[in-house]
Amino acid sequence: MSLGVFVFPPIDELFRWKDIAFKGQFYAINKTSLLVMISSVLILAIFVGGSRRMKLVPKGFQNVLEMTYEFVDRGITRDVIGNDATRFTPFLGSLFLFILFLNFWEVIPFIQFPPTSRFAIPLFLALMVYVLYWFLGFKHQGIKYLTGHLFPAGVPLALYILVTPIELVQILLVRPFSLAVRLLANMMAGHILLTALALLTAYTLKNAPIIALGPFALNIGVTAFEILVGFLQAYIFTLLTAVYIADSLHAEH
Amino acid sequence: MHDLVIAAQQAGELKAGLQSIGAGIVYGAAAIGPGIGIGIVVGNAITAMARQPEMAGPVRTTMFLGIAFTEALALFGFVLFFLAKS
Repeated sequence: MSLGVFVFPPIDELFRWKDIAFKGQFYAINKTSLLVMISSVLILAIFVGGSRRMKLVPKGFQNVLEMTYEFVDRGITRDVIGNDATRFTPFLGSLFLFILFLNFWEVIPFIQFPPTSRFAIPLFLALMVYVLYWFLGFKHQGIKYLTGHLFPAGVPLALYILVTPIELVQILLVRPFSLAVRLLANMMAGHILLTALALLTAYTLKNAPIIALGPFALNIGVTAFEILVGFLQAYIFTLLTAVYIADSLHAEH
Repeated sequence: MHDLVIAAQQAGELKAGLQSIGAGIVYGAAAIGPGIGIGIVVGNAITAMARQPEMAGPVRTTMFLGIAFTEALALFGFVLFFLAKS
């Protein structure tokens, strides 16, 4: 009986999917884009379907939807931006739900791939937020939005040599990049971890079935942990978006 | 001639090995600071919540923000790990 060698597949193999339709075109559909489309349709169906025949006293399914809305409205919009900013709740709510649904594909059996672990999706979402907070900043504060960041008050004159470049890089590059990379890296790490444990289970099952219980139990535990991570990352992405929007609306004191 | 081929092969293996070691060090080093930082953030948040349970909500929100900013550095290391490996 040969034990064989445990080989972990190259990273590309875990994240690159073959085109399903429109092969070779720029609009080719693969597993990632298919999951994104399914998620958007699913969210739309749940909320449009759930908001028909609304009752004053919510019951059952309507209750769940209202709790979701209130979670974003109270926990994120009102807490971070302010009580007068409920006009941002629809945007923040859709952002939260979209990321949440994409993240949860990671733990759905037989699908088990989070589309947010491909850089295009977090990057696009982060760029959307980037454009939004620059636009809001200039709309509400004018050029003071930029100068307030670059030349914060109360700093000794000589220190501006140090502070201004750091702040410039911060609002131009670090903010959107860290927003996108945070989501990407968390989901990517989770996917790699789950794959490694599943492969290890399959490998030990073939060679030493008793030891396989270890990675298998660990796999289940990590799956539960990934549900938490998926929720937390969606929450943090939305929370940071709200912080950046609040920063654009009101000048720092 | 044969020696040269072996030498070239060894050089290639050496390069791959050093790359792997470098990638490992990149992520390991990048995780030290954020690890300590997140510990400080969460520890102090727990202290605050224990002292003033009525402020637990805002403290939790701020704690997640602090974690998010601290964690970003470790995640940059995670991305650099893949860049250094390939």
